[in-house]
Amino acid sequence: MTTTTTSYKVIGSRPLRPDGVDKVTGRAIYGADVRLPGMLYGKVLRSPHAHARIVSIDASAALTLRGVRAVITAQDLPAIGDKIADLGESVVNLRYASNNILAHDKVLYHGHAVAAVAADNVHIAEEALALIKVEYEVLPHVLDGKQAMSANAPILLDDLRTNELGKLGNAPTNVAEHIRHQRGDLDKGFAEADVIVERTFHTATVHQGYIEPQNATALWNEDDQVFVWCSTQGAFSVQEQLAELLQIPISRITVTPTEIGGGFGGKINVYLDPLAALLSRKAGHRPVKMTMTRAEVLTSTGPTSGSHIRVKMGARRDGTITAAQAELIYEAGAYPGSPVGAGCGVIFANYRLENLQIDGYDVVVNRPKASAYRAPGGTNAAFASETVVDELAEKLGIDPIEFRLRNAVREGDRRPDGPEYKRIGLIETLEAARSHPHYTAPLTGKHRGRGVAAGYWGNWGGKSSATATVNSDGTVNLIEGSTDIGGSRASIAMQLAETLGLPYEDIRPQVVGTASVGYNDVTGGSRTTFGTGWAVYEVGKKILAEMRQRAAEYWDVPVESVQVADGVFAHNGDQMSFRELAGKLDTPVTASASVHPQNYGPGFGVHIVDVEVDVETGKVEILRYTAAQDVGKAIHPSYVEGQLQGGAAQGIGWALNEEYVYDDKGRLVNASLLDYRMPTALDLPMIDTVLVEAPNPGHPYGVRGVGEVPIVPPAAAVANAIYRAAGVRMTELPMSPARIVAALATQSTNAA
Amino acid sequence: MRHDVWIPPVHRDLTGGEERVQIEAVTIGEVVTALEQRFPGIAARLTHEGQLRPGIAVAVNGVVTPRGLRQRLDHASEIHFVPAMAGG
Repeated sequence: MTTTTTSYKVIGSRPLRPDGVDKVTGRAIYGADVRLPGMLYGKVLRSPHAHARIVSIDASAALTLRGVRAVITAQDLPAIGDKIADLGESVVNLRYASNNILAHDKVLYHGHAVAAVAADNVHIAEEALALIKVEYEVLPHVLDGKQAMSANAPILLDDLRTNELGKLGNAPTNVAEHIRHQRGDLDKGFAEADVIVERTFHTATVHQGYIEPQNATALWNEDDQVFVWCSTQGAFSVQEQLAELLQIPISRITVTPTEIGGGFGGKINVYLDPLAALLSRKAGHRPVKMTMTRAEVLTSTGPTSGSHIRVKMGARRDGTITAAQAELIYEAGAYPGSPVGAGCGVIFANYRLENLQIDGYDVVVNRPKASAYRAPGGTNAAFASETVVDELAEKLGIDPIEFRLRNAVREGDRRPDGPEYKRIGLIETLEAARSHPHYTAPLTGKHRGRGVAAGYWGNWGGKSSATATVNSDGTVNLIEGSTDIGGSRASIAMQLAETLGLPYEDIRPQVVGTASVGYNDVTGGSRTTFGTGWAVYEVGKKILAEMRQRAAEYWDVPVESVQVADGVFAHNGDQMSFRELAGKLDTPVTASASVHPQNYGPGFGVHIVDVEVDVETGKVEILRYTAAQDVGKAIHPSYVEGQLQGGAAQGIGWALNEEYVYDDKGRLVNASLLDYRMPTALDLPMIDTVLVEAPNPGHPYGVRGVGEVPIVPPAAAVANAIYRAAGVRMTELPMSPARIVAALATQSTNAA
Repeated sequence: MRHDVWIPPVHRDLTGGEERVQIEAVTIGEVVTALEQRFPGIAARLTHEGQLRPGIAVAVNGVVTPRGLRQRLDHASEIHFVPAMAGG
């Protein structure tokens, strides 16, 4: 269902995606399909320990194995001092980034890379790994963020000091960062409350779960030029990361992105790419291909943070929230950089609050370094706050959507971190959810319940570049550099078609590598349809201006006298279509644009879910699900709906099943998709969507990012539904059958 | 031109608890200089080697600016120093 107000010719339609046929016929080229003459195969030796000092590495036996061409360790990486670099979407200490690529002095998690081998085939490479002797001094480990903050916890990084927005601590610690948002008078706010709810929550470490494992093929040639083919959310980010990690100029690195089989934030940081490049150089400048197994993906690439969150909120009888306080402890993994900052931004973002305090802690633990995952930190935060909001509404006897409406932010209200919102659509989205038939549909039967929750994501603009060329038949070739994860070739081409007044089918988009287009930030932060859309809008305007000039020259009239509308150029009764004019061009028309737009504007979602709880087994069945969202303007509604459905599906995985399970030695014991349980089509009903279009005034077509918001509300919505179905407030993710049974048993014990 | 500058909560130890101050300035850089004159030590927390510290963003009237200290302030503005955030 879509509600809309503005009509366009192309925008808002649902054409076929240009990459669809190649993908469904198996012709699309993914990283695993790359083959180069003389190619070697690389594998990685990984730590069996959660925390250990590397005493020695002896690769001599491996190097004598027939077919082994090179072995590398951290000694082969350039020495990098402390340097903070902006790598696409986040800033990192390069020394830590280098240590994560190959462990230098210590391994900090089970699966941490220690050495890598290039050989004639994968089997020889794997055999060689077994011949590398690593002597470890095993150290005590800590997996839990709260425990890592305690005074007697093992310290992971001796030089780490707590950073409080530039104020540095002076003692060794596992707390990398403390963030605080605060305004008003918290004590006064709670004193004014008629009802106060305070709860603590825990969420598990979860993985993005993209289907295609990480891969990279690299050639470091005799000229010191490095060529990389890989699956990535941002070819330019790979280029920048390689330049920093390998200490070579950006201009010597060419990154060609292959098709991507999912990313969700997890394919921004490099893992294999620098190893393949170093192995290529050491193996006599032969290309080296590396692909991860699923187990390696789970043990050794960034999942997102597990967390401990405490939320306290108070409200008056009339439903006004008077105060809100939260403490968020996010596990960063082995090196600093959890998404706790975003969690602090999300946790109370839906509500107008005069009195609030939010404290966030980024804590290192002996788990793989966390990386971005769709609305990083948002699902954890909303699970906590939206559960407490639901309980406040219940205690006050107010409908949960009505309670949210009474407190919902609107233009001019302040975000938790201070700045005021511009045009936003939370009110409209809450109203759309309340008026959806799902919300009032009868729900009968035992142990069935309906829950709702809202969610926020701030989105991002980023830098984008694009180039378009007019062909002699009037069609247009569009070159862009934004990885197409969710249908952005189509949504970008549609915006160019709309700008030029041409049919969508006349635009042929291609995603190209770093050598073929201007700089593009990663496809992440829900930015591509917004940011790269801005770029092609500018490209389209330039092309129209040039074509208008050519029409004026053809008619030999002043350019001001030529009118342009709907792809037709007109002057004093004469007219030429874009196609006719293109056929008369004696000099080609090409235009490029680079942009860095800032007015991206946040989005809000409201989800409704019906569940049935089997009180004997604890299994939760999702009966019905509806996701409403303020999407700005839906360029291609089918793909926007797909984003809402995909986000909801992933969020349901967080809610019910997904978690990293470790043994007492800190080893991940469920590193397969059999044991790391993601939802399948059999677990989910059709997810209904409501696209609420409150156009973003900061974009020529009103676009807002849409991809991340829909993963924020699901865990809380499911928890609230479980409460209504079974009477237990769940405070730990995932709400697995075992935890549901335990909660029901505790409830029975307490009742007795 | 006077601007409404919000002090990050973790730096209010330098401002005696003041949450917001009025600052006369033409750029964000001048804002930081003026803050330093009133609250010594705050510039070292917010900036490093002539730039905003990594991980810190500045929002002018609700919009994070990539220009950092070089951002011009053509109108009376509300200014926040906030943690930089990333998406996925």
